[in-house]
Amino acid sequence: MSEVALLAQRSVVRTLRQPAMVVPSLVFPLLLLSINTSGLETATHLPGFPTNSYFQFALAIPFIQGALFSANSAGTNVASDIESGFLNRLALTPLRRVSLMLGQLTGILALGLIQALTFVVVGLAFGDGIAAGPAGVVVLVLLSLTISLAFGAIGAFVALRAGNGEAVQGTFPLFFAALFLSSMSLPRDLIETDWFRTVATWNPVSYMLEGIRSLVIEGWDAEALALGFACAGGIALIAVAAAGSALRTRMVRT
Amino acid sequence: MSRGSFFSVARAVAWRNIHNWATNPALVIPGVLFPMFFFTAFAGGLSRIDNVPGFDYGAGYTTFVYGFVLLQAATFGGVFSSFSIARDFESGFSRRLMLGAANRGGIVAGYWIAALVRALTNIGVITVVALLVGLEVHGSGIDIVGLYTLAFLMNAFALLFGTGVAMRLRTMQAGPAIQTPAFLLLFLAPVWVPYDLLTGWVQAAASVNPLTLVLEAGRGFLAGDPTKVLPAFAVVALLVSVSVLWARGGLRSAERVA
Amino acid sequence: MSDAAIETQGLVREFKKGPRAVDGIDLRVEPGEVYGFLGPNGAGKSTTVHMLTTLLPPSAGRAWVAGHDIVEDGAAVRATIGAALQDAALDPYLTGREHMKLQTALHGMRGAEARERSDALLQRVGLVQAADRRVGGYSGGMKRRLDLALALVHRPRILFLDEPTTGLDPQSRSALWEEVQRLAADRGVTVFLTTQYLEEADVLADRVGIIDRGHIVAEGTPEELKAEIGRPSVEAIPRDPDQLAYTKQVLARFGESVTGSPKGASVRLSGGDAQLAEVVRALDAANIEIQELQLHAPTLDDVFLAKTGRSLEGEAEREVAAA
Repeated sequence: MSEVALLAQRSVVRTLRQPAMVVPSLVFPLLLLSINTSGLETATHLPGFPTNSYFQFALAIPFIQGALFSANSAGTNVASDIESGFLNRLALTPLRRVSLMLGQLTGILALGLIQALTFVVVGLAFGDGIAAGPAGVVVLVLLSLTISLAFGAIGAFVALRAGNGEAVQGTFPLFFAALFLSSMSLPRDLIETDWFRTVATWNPVSYMLEGIRSLVIEGWDAEALALGFACAGGIALIAVAAAGSALRTRMVRT
Repeated sequence: MSRGSFFSVARAVAWRNIHNWATNPALVIPGVLFPMFFFTAFAGGLSRIDNVPGFDYGAGYTTFVYGFVLLQAATFGGVFSSFSIARDFESGFSRRLMLGAANRGGIVAGYWIAALVRALTNIGVITVVALLVGLEVHGSGIDIVGLYTLAFLMNAFALLFGTGVAMRLRTMQAGPAIQTPAFLLLFLAPVWVPYDLLTGWVQAAASVNPLTLVLEAGRGFLAGDPTKVLPAFAVVALLVSVSVLWARGGLRSAERVA
Repeated sequence: MSDAAIETQGLVREFKKGPRAVDGIDLRVEPGEVYGFLGPNGAGKSTTVHMLTTLLPPSAGRAWVAGHDIVEDGAAVRATIGAALQDAALDPYLTGREHMKLQTALHGMRGAEARERSDALLQRVGLVQAADRRVGGYSGGMKRRLDLALALVHRPRILFLDEPTTGLDPQSRSALWEEVQRLAADRGVTVFLTTQYLEEADVLADRVGIIDRGHIVAEGTPEELKAEIGRPSVEAIPRDPDQLAYTKQVLARFGESVTGSPKGASVRLSGGDAQLAEVVRALDAANIEIQELQLHAPTLDDVFLAKTGRSLEGEAEREVAAA
């Protein structure tokens, strides 16, 4: 088995063996989706609201919330390896750093795939379907994986930089803020409060939500998809590069 | 021989908890930040909801959301304070308290005082932020006293409920067991829109959720239009009474293994 | 290129805003030797090990492990060494067998070879029964044994053990000692062992280097080092505790006072063990009834005391008290 496959396997196995990490990342977003849908269905009566179903509108949110849990899980796992000295053990083998990085990221993507498929199934079962059809589902999963990778790599970067789990937990409120200060609850053009609308417009999470939403509600919206992938992909690239650099510093070997 | 009374024990336990909380940013910051996020996200992001037909709350959407966030801060303040009890059991520190305190009821009282101080701080910060972003308070002085009394009673209920769970489970595994019911109690209620505008199963849940009464009474105080005051206080008094018994049972359970 | 198993010349490691953790260490370990690196906490033992295992670059000086320069040829060093460091460094969510599978694969072993090697090592460290349980449920002793097995996967010629028995019960400690002795005797593995336990260094090491505040203050076989001090100490515990001060006074003329039991008086005999009879006569003449009289041979702690003015065991007690 190649180094990457070996470490990817370990990453996936240890994630799946922590139900306390996996189950909330699936259950909580779905519970909130259900509550929000019932609570805010009347928002669809606002002039200009893009759909008659708040469920369809809100379906994009669990994909982002799931990615936040991925960030927490990835960061916690990396921090645990550092604190326990397991990273030093790996450093003493012929293992290449890039393999370790790729293996770690594979674990993030595995959890992200489980989340994405779960939310798609729920969306199809309880909603009005995905407007973009089967091909749209594939694109939706790809976008969701890119988002998971972006946040997961940020979590790994924080852990590698700080070397402990408390720092990872400390970033959770920041991720929360990023989600809340976006077009999470209403479309951007229906946000009345000026400063909030400005923040949401600058917030890349808004575009990730809108990219997913466009596939669910409208079908194929090239601009929304391009912006969604650009934001998620851009953050993923930067975060992976930062994590790689932090790994070079953390796993220093002569 | 110990001469500690109920009050001296309560004071000592309260001091320790307040000191630990105040000197640990990891404990202070979430209690303040989370309600603030909710407030800014919903008051800012959902402000157009007051244009929805049937939304007739006179004091505006910001005040409507503040009513919920206040109760959320108070309730979760009690919940987070009860985590420190679970932590004390897990670390073994509770054994020191149980052995050293002449009056063990004072231990629970001490935790409650600390919870009150935390809640006061969190609520204070959130209220200042709310005022800065346009909170309109139409209620009189008595209405405001009524509002904050409800909030602090909810804080006490949450703390006592969490205490009972923590003292029975005696590990940090109590965390989810405390947090989940509190979360459901808060969110299966008219959070973003009034009760009449809720739909589906959440409306059904809200119709039996005691917090719905408390929330509506609180929002009534803010709007200067007190509503369902007696039922709300009756419900909260009942919740606090039951939770006192629950906490006492937890203490007895913990004493059997101390 | 050095023919020693491990050789250092003026090895230094500085950290920002702190004293030098390692301040110019010269040492040489021959192939097949068990070298004990003894010193209190904070002396620089682990920092030295981290440098020699290529996990930390030195600030100055040079070192060679298995003939390879630790800075210029790190990969070659890592291929020839095994290390069980201070943390057991295990993943609590993997089983013992899965750890072995990962380690063998990372060292390029495949299929039957990897399986056989895993089984053999698990057998050797007594973890066959527990192999399929997650490591999170292992005791401290079991974790240490698995750690050692993982360090041996690729048959290293040189093994670094950083405080391997800290926190273990006496039984687990003995088991680990036996394994180290077997490795050195049967397989000719060079073992570089750091420890703060005198007995461990005494029992296991062919040679001992004593490190304090980043410097090696003494080096030699345990017998050589103790012989340098040469002189035994005598401890007298009076039957009547009120006579303790008087007992100390009587013994004071036979040598300098040393740390012993709080109930007794202890001195290092300036004239060696031949003075024992004089001590007994002096105590008798002073009408001091003695409950217990013991003659102690010099220990490595006495060596440390002689070289640094401090007791190694006293350092450990002070750290426990401070904690």
